Amino acid sequence: MSNETATFDRVADIIAETADIPRDKITPESHAIDDLGIDSLAFLDIAFAVDKAFGIKLPLERWTQEVNEGKVPAEQYFVLKNLCARIDTLVAEKAAKA
Amino acid sequence: MRLEYFEMIDSVVRLDRAAGRIEARALVPEASPVFEGHFPGHPLVPGVLLTETMAQASGYLVLAHLDFAQMPFLMAVDKARFRSFVGPGAALDIAASLEHDGSGYAVTKASIRHEGKALCDAELRFRTMPFPAGLDAPMRERARRIGLLDAAHP
Repeated sequence: MSNETATFDRVADIIAETADIPRDKITPESHAIDDLGIDSLAFLDIAFAVDKAFGIKLPLERWTQEVNEGKVPAEQYFVLKNLCARIDTLVAEKAAKA
Repeated sequence: MRLEYFEMIDSVVRLDRAAGRIEARALVPEASPVFEGHFPGHPLVPGVLLTETMAQASGYLVLAHLDFAQMPFLMAVDKARFRSFVGPGAALDIAASLEHDGSGYAVTKASIRHEGKALCDAELRFRTMPFPAGLDAPMRERARRIGLLDAAHP
């Protein structure tokens, strides 16, 4: 299993359990808000579970600011394959620092 | 405690910034309108106010951790357990520890003991955000009044 797929499977499991969404509805192309209907409270629940599972700190405040300022389209963070790629990057950065 | 005013923490006994832990005290008043309804002739501190007490201790911990840069607002209560009854005049020992310092949120575990006996505990989550206009100064004043920063160690 590739790293990308493994990350997606873990994240999808977290979303299914945390937001009570059927696991088979969650795909790499899913948009967390537009497709899965995850609200901001549920997204923070998911962020906490992801932070714990991967030992990282998703920079949600910076991401929110970038989206609000129009610097980055929201899809870059909320489409799951993109979110997973960013998680992989954060994990790699943490490993490089260790 | 001034239950009707939601001032739940009387004093901070210890604030350990490095360990991310706070200890505080609160004395349940002998009389309060709250006890007229909860329950008539059998006064008990409502679980929701014990939860608020744990949330306020946690909130002061987060405020100190963030050095008053942002305000924590309660967003989730998980695994709350109320293990015993407590009524008027009880001295409460409240403790909270910072479990996770997230981006835009914080997670604590908090508990209250009475006479050494576990009263309640919960895992609490807070959204942290810029202070709404005008709230910064009153929160600093409340923190000063309960001795939050005096109790800082180190």
